[in-house]
Amino acid sequence: MTDMRTAFIDTTTALLDEDPRTALVLADISASQFASAGHRHPDRVLNVGIREQLMIGVAGGLALTGLRPIAHSYATFLVDRAYEQIKLDLDHQGVGAVLVSIGASYDGSAEGRTHQSPGDVALFDSLGDGWTVRVPGHPDEVAPLLRNAATSDDPVYLRLSEQRNAEAYPDATGLRVLRRGLTNAPLVVAVGPMLDPTLAATEGMDVTVAYTHTPRPLDTPGLRALANTDVVLVEPYLAGTSSALVSRALADVPHRLLALGVGQTDLRRYGDPADHARWHGLDADGLRRSISAFLGSVGG
Amino acid sequence: MTTTLPTDSSARLPGLIRRLTGDEKHAPSAHSTVDVLQVLYDRVLRVTPDTADDPERNRFLLSKGHGPAAYYAVLAAHGFIPDAWLDDLAGTESRLGHHPDRLLVPGVEIGSGSLGHGLGLAVGTALGLRAQGLLNPRVYVLLGDAELDEGSNHEAIAYAGATSLDSLTAVVVDNSSASHGWAGGIASRFTVNGWTADTVDGRNHEALYAALTGGRPRHPHLVVARIESKG
Repeated sequence: MTDMRTAFIDTTTALLDEDPRTALVLADISASQFASAGHRHPDRVLNVGIREQLMIGVAGGLALTGLRPIAHSYATFLVDRAYEQIKLDLDHQGVGAVLVSIGASYDGSAEGRTHQSPGDVALFDSLGDGWTVRVPGHPDEVAPLLRNAATSDDPVYLRLSEQRNAEAYPDATGLRVLRRGLTNAPLVVAVGPMLDPTLAATEGMDVTVAYTHTPRPLDTPGLRALANTDVVLVEPYLAGTSSALVSRALADVPHRLLALGVGQTDLRRYGDPADHARWHGLDADGLRRSISAFLGSVGG
Repeated sequence: MTTTLPTDSSARLPGLIRRLTGDEKHAPSAHSTVDVLQVLYDRVLRVTPDTADDPERNRFLLSKGHGPAAYYAVLAAHGFIPDAWLDDLAGTESRLGHHPDRLLVPGVEIGSGSLGHGLGLAVGTALGLRAQGLLNPRVYVLLGDAELDEGSNHEAIAYAGATSLDSLTAVVVDNSSASHGWAGGIASRFTVNGWTADTVDGRNHEALYAALTGGRPRHPHLVVARIESKG
């Protein structure tokens, strides 16, 4: 079965063949997988070497001439390292690009902190509200989201992961209800690959579970329609990244919010992603403990 | 393709620059660029207010966004912006700030100010033009010698040379303001990466013109314009 990275490579290769506006900028990561596309389109497949600042600067320049650049690397190099280039070479110039990352949060568990970027979505939030952030939960969601991004000129961040759900929901740009609780049931919002552990964690609980692969812009009308008093966020990046948006959306409604996600602390441990999910309380057992405690705490 | 006949803005520039009174902090850097800008806009660049959005225009990117008084004055002298805009630099309603914003100022190709961004954008612009078969426009980018301290420039210098990006001309105005200098010279950083380079008197318009119109096929080109020390 194909993974998200392969879906990205296949779709981008097709876009380069189909649309002369598409250009790809790489910083060595995934360069070999685009070798044949590069032979066909040497002027639009650009590997700048291990130079991430230049990768985003080049993307900005390409966009200034009317092309639609796609830039790609590990999240920590693409976003964290080149943050000021994203801010100035794209946003401040008034141009967009499609930034496609791999290595989400603790996918690179064995590589350690240097290859991890749980704060990437929060960094886009710091740039204002212009960025669309896509966090697919299944490889089959990648192609439609990437094709949609390629047709616009807007800034889009596509955050790919090795973690995945069993089912794809390509239409879940807004909150899509996958399990509906009884009247006034608590709302649990799962983003991207957090869906399956969330469904497992809430099995047998009277909650409504809604899924989205698009945390920015967050579907706040959907949130208002579905939310009752208790809201739980389950995000695959820094815990609390969407708390401010939820609080703003529900500012005039009495509510309680539990925001789950990756912890702030560098654990300085290796292991595999499942270990990190457990250590951050994001496996089904950990989620169930946190959600049960939160919901059970009503009225003491 | 539209071409621009050589003009001479010498008579108007001093008066226009004097109208920009709010930028004393960056005054030395403003005056450091005036000769290069004048030669570029008077004699080299094929771009006018009428062709400011033409895909075939030459691009000029001011990377060193500090002290843009001379830049604004040259844009006014060539009709890109009204002279009156010069009287309210960085005012509450002004479109002209201490660092230029491309979304506010006609004719400005990039917003700049944070150092080390223009050369990467220029490389991307040159690549984007080439990918669309636009082989006539040149891309000029102006930097300062101290700006070269930023490592991002060196990513762009190496890559532009390695890929023979011959539609690119970088101009480094050298007023010896880099804190640790450039042992071995500025040009060597570029030429070792495959650029051609001319180092000229940055106040000599004929020398600047010759250098700015120089270069060889399959090599990006550098002009080092040496001027008096910032002092």
